[in-house]
Amino acid sequence: MTGQAQQQGEESAPLVLERGEAPTDLRILVRGAWTLTRAGTLDRQVAAFEIPAASSLARSEAPRGAPLPGDERGGEEERRSRPRPRPRLLLDLSAVTALDTSGAWLIDRLVGRLHDAGWEVEIAGLGEEWRHLLELARHRPVTVPEMPPEPHPLTGFVADIGEATVHILNNFGALLTFFGVVVARFARSLFQPRRFRFTSLVYQMEMVGLRAMAIVGLISFLIGAVVVNQGAVQLEKFGAEVLVSDLVGISVLRELGILLTAVILAGRSGSSFTAQIGSMVLHEEVDAMRALGLDPVEVLVIPRLLAMVLTLPLLTFYADIMGLLGGGLMAWGTLDIDVTQYLTRLQEATGWRDFAIGLIKAVFFAVIISVVGCFHGLVVERNAESVGRHTTTAVVEAIFMVIVLDAFFAVFFTTIGW
Amino acid sequence: MNPLPPTEQATRPHEPASVRDTEGGKSGIVVRVRGLVNRFGAQVVHRNLDLDIRRGEILGLVGGSGSGKSVLLRSIIGLQKFESGTVEVFGQNINRLSPEEAERLRRRWGVLFQDGALFSALRVGENVEVPLREFYRLPARMRCELACMKLAMVGLDSDVMCKYPAELSGGMRRRAGLARALASDPELLFLDEPTSGLDPISAARFDSLIQHLARALGLTVMLVTHDLDTLFTVCDRIAVLADGRVIVAGSLNEVLACDHPWVREYFHGPRAHLALASHARTATGDDAPDREG
Repeated sequence: MTGQAQQQGEESAPLVLERGEAPTDLRILVRGAWTLTRAGTLDRQVAAFEIPAASSLARSEAPRGAPLPGDERGGEEERRSRPRPRPRLLLDLSAVTALDTSGAWLIDRLVGRLHDAGWEVEIAGLGEEWRHLLELARHRPVTVPEMPPEPHPLTGFVADIGEATVHILNNFGALLTFFGVVVARFARSLFQPRRFRFTSLVYQMEMVGLRAMAIVGLISFLIGAVVVNQGAVQLEKFGAEVLVSDLVGISVLRELGILLTAVILAGRSGSSFTAQIGSMVLHEEVDAMRALGLDPVEVLVIPRLLAMVLTLPLLTFYADIMGLLGGGLMAWGTLDIDVTQYLTRLQEATGWRDFAIGLIKAVFFAVIISVVGCFHGLVVERNAESVGRHTTTAVVEAIFMVIVLDAFFAVFFTTIGW
Repeated sequence: MNPLPPTEQATRPHEPASVRDTEGGKSGIVVRVRGLVNRFGAQVVHRNLDLDIRRGEILGLVGGSGSGKSVLLRSIIGLQKFESGTVEVFGQNINRLSPEEAERLRRRWGVLFQDGALFSALRVGENVEVPLREFYRLPARMRCELACMKLAMVGLDSDVMCKYPAELSGGMRRRAGLARALASDPELLFLDEPTSGLDPISAARFDSLIQHLARALGLTVMLVTHDLDTLFTVCDRIAVLADGRVIVAGSLNEVLACDHPWVREYFHGPRAHLALASHARTATGDDAPDREG
């Protein structure tokens, strides 16, 4: 440690400590490229570099007494209370081949450590440009702020549940409030029909209804066919294959037609309501509307709500027909049930009530999907990520509420004997 | 409030920073654009555009709205496929690079997009760390400290590190974007309208910040701007884009002497006179040698 020349590692060490004849003549030679590419290695090497103790020089000159445990601290306090000239140390940068801010910062940190060890550091061999770099890196008290501490896993878990619960309840409350506002505005529009945005309504009906016909039709057709196909396997055991008409009629009219359509529209149109309105909020278009004295609920929400309420029942009717058609084709193709047989059974098994149940539910589901979609669009925060998050939430929430309500309806209609 | 020491460019005449001179870049030209043609459908944006950016200078690029300033910037940094022409950066043709060479080249420049273009999902500190994390093997602690230093360099306190970009003001986002652009110590810096939308005080601070950093780090800077004050106070040379080409590039006086109608309207309008007058006042008031004179 107190050799003539102390070298750190091999020839390429970035820091070399050299001692002259006099004990106070100390020089640290800084070598090589101090750049970001090598910063990781340099950081390790600088950390491993043993800072020569400035106090050891002073102490070696003083008569050495018995080393006491409190000796060092006493020495430090003495130094602090009675300022004495610090021993000087020369930091020679003339062998540095490249320097950038990261390197300058590392050198500055080294200077800081040397200073803390009690040295008066003098920097030599520095070009004009690099002096600027060192100045940039100097006197920057780098205090990396601590991230908030991680809570205990258990308390964190409980806190998460609590937070989620409060969030869900708040969200539901806000949704109900919004629904109330929408109903109030809608009622006002009823008395002032000129407030209806007819163009917007027609456009939304096209987007929500007309453009969804292909996908809704295809899915219903296939599901109808699948119900017949799978149902026939089960009914075959009782020799009652002809009852597939009952099966497909009841299930498509009462449940599958409306549920599938609602789920498709929640994913297709509910999400686009949120994304459209959300990006308008993001670009301050909604604020601009308010500033102009337009009511965003009236301009944006009511046309979408009405379009959904008008088109979802129509789409449901269409989905019912396509489902029955798919079932019929499957029955005719694979079970030798001809069209007359299929339709006759269908007519006997299903009544207008089954058909009405689907359409009644459609109106309610339409309200849910459009209100949830528009609500999430309007509560988007002013950043792009929020739009995406709310779009996902809107779809999940809408489908969830549709299915919960569907369960209630199932029980309700059975109870009243429909 | 502004933690920067007074800038010294006045006392220190500008010189090409030969310190960081590495390979490429013949005759001190860092970016060389030749015969650039850009076309969107029937609309020709650039027709045979030539532009040089010299080592160590701050070049201001001006032009009317829709004159293709941003398209030129995007062409140089390789975000815009151009129809014909060549773009050489550090002596390398950007269209003839292997993916590895292109990646190495990209680390040598930094870009500040309008309004910072910070990643909204990451905290400000993490944003600055992105280039360090992706391209360099550094201990996490050091990466964080370097990010903190870069933020301090652009005049931001360390407590913004934990904030998300959405929580910052426009000026702070711009500064944080600059810190990210500077994270990997680039030699060349591209700034797209760095002061647009800032209040005059923030804009003036941002100007002096750019100037100070460019001198201290020996950067070559190309900045696209509409801001006359930025042009007059910060830029060493001004390039004017009109009719699809650079019609004049040179010092302020050379550009003022140009008699192209757009240049005359731009630099001799009432706002330009005000900015010029205040520029002349501060230049004499600070007893600084006139760079253009």
